[in-house]
Amino acid sequence: MRFRVIPCLLLGEGGLVKTRRFKNERYVGDPLNVIRIFNEKEVDELIVLDVLATVQGRQPNASTVKAMAGECFMPLSYGGGVSSMTDLEHLFKAGAEKVVVNAAAVDTPGFVQEAARAYGSQSIAVAMDVRRSVFGRQSVWTHRATRDRSIDPAIHAARMEDVGAGEILLNSVDREGTREGYDLPLVERVSQSVRIPVVASGGAGCVSHFLEAIAAGASAVSAGSMFVFFGKHDAVLITYPDAASLNPPCGRPSS
Amino acid sequence: MIIIVDYGLGNLGSVENMLRRLGATAAISGDPSIVAQADKLILPGVGAFDQGITNLRARALAQTLQERVIERRVPILGICLGLQLMTTGSEEGQEPGLAWLETKTVRFQTNRTSSDKHTPIRVPHMAWNEVRILREDVLFGGLHRDARFYFVHSYHLAESPETTIAVTTHGYEFPCAARRDNIAGVQFHPEKSHRFGLALLKNFAETEQ
Repeated sequence: MRFRVIPCLLLGEGGLVKTRRFKNERYVGDPLNVIRIFNEKEVDELIVLDVLATVQGRQPNASTVKAMAGECFMPLSYGGGVSSMTDLEHLFKAGAEKVVVNAAAVDTPGFVQEAARAYGSQSIAVAMDVRRSVFGRQSVWTHRATRDRSIDPAIHAARMEDVGAGEILLNSVDREGTREGYDLPLVERVSQSVRIPVVASGGAGCVSHFLEAIAAGASAVSAGSMFVFFGKHDAVLITYPDAASLNPPCGRPSS
Repeated sequence: MIIIVDYGLGNLGSVENMLRRLGATAAISGDPSIVAQADKLILPGVGAFDQGITNLRARALAQTLQERVIERRVPILGICLGLQLMTTGSEEGQEPGLAWLETKTVRFQTNRTSSDKHTPIRVPHMAWNEVRILREDVLFGGLHRDARFYFVHSYHLAESPETTIAVTTHGYEFPCAARRDNIAGVQFHPEKSHRFGLALLKNFAETEQ
């Protein structure tokens, strides 16, 4: 068994976008086209996040998700503005394998509990955006990292596990888009605080970063910029590492 | 006509998509009268055991399936929760299962690991994993050497030599595919397993069993 490598696509104004530390949005392409390419590359799994839904007060669009799911012969996780049981019902019916909850999990942990009870823990992933405040302390932020919720990431993760989340999508706002590597101390700390899978996100630039995150305790890795940009001038090009390059060095356990 | 049973749970669209890609004739239905005419059946499922079995019974589907599967011996493939519902019961819930497979569904024992690993296993088992075939079966005909399938579950079938056709390892080895005559099931999601799942569903759709 090899660890999962999951492209994470962000839906912004007009299509797929990529950001750096949640700023400097760049247009990447049409969602369905990009998803089709990833499906052809047989990626392990795909995460699509509508990053403006919560700040714009929107609900997820089920028909968009249905079209996306139709292109995927691998699991699709969808998130963005998910805050009600109706949202979940529509998203699962549309074909999402997992639903990602972010702000709603912070606002109302009971919602995660209700969701897990109805659909099973394995269908509910909780995403958290972690950012360092000016005082140097890391905490969970929401609303595109504009609101500091003053919650410690490890404590939040453990709380989410208690209410039934099946997976934690741990995103470092400070590392996002930088391609300098994951925030390994953060990955380690949060992975140790729970017994459910933790997906490392934010900062991946190469396959060795993946191996570092797994060694730090993550069960899976996610990346955005690394899979959609290429070369010195960051041209948009969809890539995905081949299986051989992902196998850990001899002697190291892979799970 | 392959009927994908709609009992309110499960990723029906993805199964249908894959069958359509294979050129198989398939439809989704939760209507017992349509299910009663199926040549082959697929029982998908994502969610909780009790909810699943309750839904099947409430929609008169359990009865129709019993007749088709046990009496008429129509080939059926259970997927994930669908497979688990075929057992006698699950530690996840209180309700009895369909009991087509003489084994029960149990929770992952998180403290039990294989001898060379010291870290407790994480649950749900959410991963692409390989399978080890114990008994030759039409489902796995032509299985590629590098075949792997997508798993996402917190419960699994208990060991059962009579019904297990394949196993996989997550901390320890457990059954991931089972069969009793025309009744088969897989713990993983073929509809989410790219060409490996495509091959398995093709085998199910095209072979007599």
